Amino acid sequence: MTQVTVEHMWKDFAGQVVLENVNLHVNDHEFVTIIGASGCGKTTFLKMLLGIEAPSRGSFLIDGEPLPTEPGPDRGIVFQRYSLFPHLNVLDNLLLGLELRQSRWLGRLFGGRRRRAVDKAHELLEAVGLKGAADKYPAQLSGGMQQRLSIAQSVICEPKILLLDEPFGALDPGITKDMHTLILKLWNMNKMTIFMVTHDLQESFALGTRVLVFDKVRVDPQSPEAFGATITFNIPLKGHRAPR
Amino acid sequence: MRRLINQQPGRGAALLLSLLPFILGVCAYVYYSHARQIENPEDKLLPSPTTIAATVHQYAFEEDERTGERLLWVDTQASLQRLLTALALSAAAGLMLGLAIGVLPYLRATLAPFVAALSLIPPLAMLPILFIVVGLGEAAKITLIVIGVAPLIVRDLAMRTAELPNEQIIKAQTLGASTWQLVIRVVLPQMWPRLIDALRLSLGSAWLFLIAAEAIASTEGLGYRIFLVRRYLAMDVILPYVAWITLLAFTMDWLLRVLRAKAFPWATPAG
Repeated sequence: MTQVTVEHMWKDFAGQVVLENVNLHVNDHEFVTIIGASGCGKTTFLKMLLGIEAPSRGSFLIDGEPLPTEPGPDRGIVFQRYSLFPHLNVLDNLLLGLELRQSRWLGRLFGGRRRRAVDKAHELLEAVGLKGAADKYPAQLSGGMQQRLSIAQSVICEPKILLLDEPFGALDPGITKDMHTLILKLWNMNKMTIFMVTHDLQESFALGTRVLVFDKVRVDPQSPEAFGATITFNIPLKGHRAPR
Repeated sequence: MRRLINQQPGRGAALLLSLLPFILGVCAYVYYSHARQIENPEDKLLPSPTTIAATVHQYAFEEDERTGERLLWVDTQASLQRLLTALALSAAAGLMLGLAIGVLPYLRATLAPFVAALSLIPPLAMLPILFIVVGLGEAAKITLIVIGVAPLIVRDLAMRTAELPNEQIIKAQTLGASTWQLVIRVVLPQMWPRLIDALRLSLGSAWLFLIAAEAIASTEGLGYRIFLVRRYLAMDVILPYVAWITLLAFTMDWLLRVLRAKAFPWATPAG
């Protein structure tokens, strides 16, 4: 069970208010999509969940605990780009999470433990449609394949929360459709909570069980940094949907 | 006609063109050397190719009257030993310190300005200090090269490490990586090809410091020899030695390039 609770949370950077008075409650296994204009704190909000930004005021709790102050294995992340390891091939990229978890000093697995990890990785590769590409390097993959791998890489660690920062923003529309099917499939398979920042209104409604719209309610034309954005719309959509 | 920028030589033509300046250089030498020999058969400045060939044969294949050694090989071995030891030490220091400075903010705050200052000391100005402190032996020469080369490699690798996309570092943490695991599984493997690049770029200065050290205090070595025979205007020794040094340096550069391409196929080639 993963509950995310945000109460009267503010975030400012040296006097520049980015988020003001954010209140939110998210239940387990929700698919939260976050939309809003550029520079209205969507990514800052995601960075807080990730643990690389801290709230300035108010509370931000995961399962009743304050946010951790650094990234950890319970919260996976897929960025728009650069989240793969260029020196590892597809299989090794996927194995990395398992190897780091099970081998504290070498970060590598050998023998039977490696075989079991490889089996698990192959299963997931098949599920995300990268079966034939196991020994390719990330640079040899198309943008869509890279994102599939990046998602699989996070999912293999079975995080409670998966954060997606405009993961399909750089992909062709046709490929984006496939990616939607994939992410819904993995979301149902792993019962995790997803937070996804997107620019695409249609995408946010097609995927989410809850759509959050970030916007500024107050604007001071004399000093635009005086007021921050907040959640102006919190739209619960009908329950968990099956992948199409 | 197509623009000049769009005209590409074929493979054979490219090879020929790349050889052309070398051939022209040799031709020019032979011509001027011949012209001077006609005027003065004793000319030492531009010895004829036959004189050079005879000297090379003497240095490479005949035993020296005084020492009973084949001088070219003795010199080459002494120089390469110094150079390679120094480069290995510099690479090790560069990799460990550079990586640590690039990864750990506390170490960066402590050491980055210090290393930057160290790298700005002219190494040759340190040479007298080295001779006084560690003596005239091998240690002084190796230390000079290390002082000249290592700080640059450290700084380069620290910068390359810091240049790794932050996304990668964060992603690794979300996969459960500790600092140590991050270093050995994510950062270090990506720094090997960068280390090779840094070594290739430092080869020139490494040779410079080697020859400077050998010129001043040594009893064998390529740099020692050319500065020794300079007294006798022995261009027939100096010229082939310079060519030999160039060839050695070129070969090392080429080997490093091949190693990078073969060992790290995922890394995009850099020149």
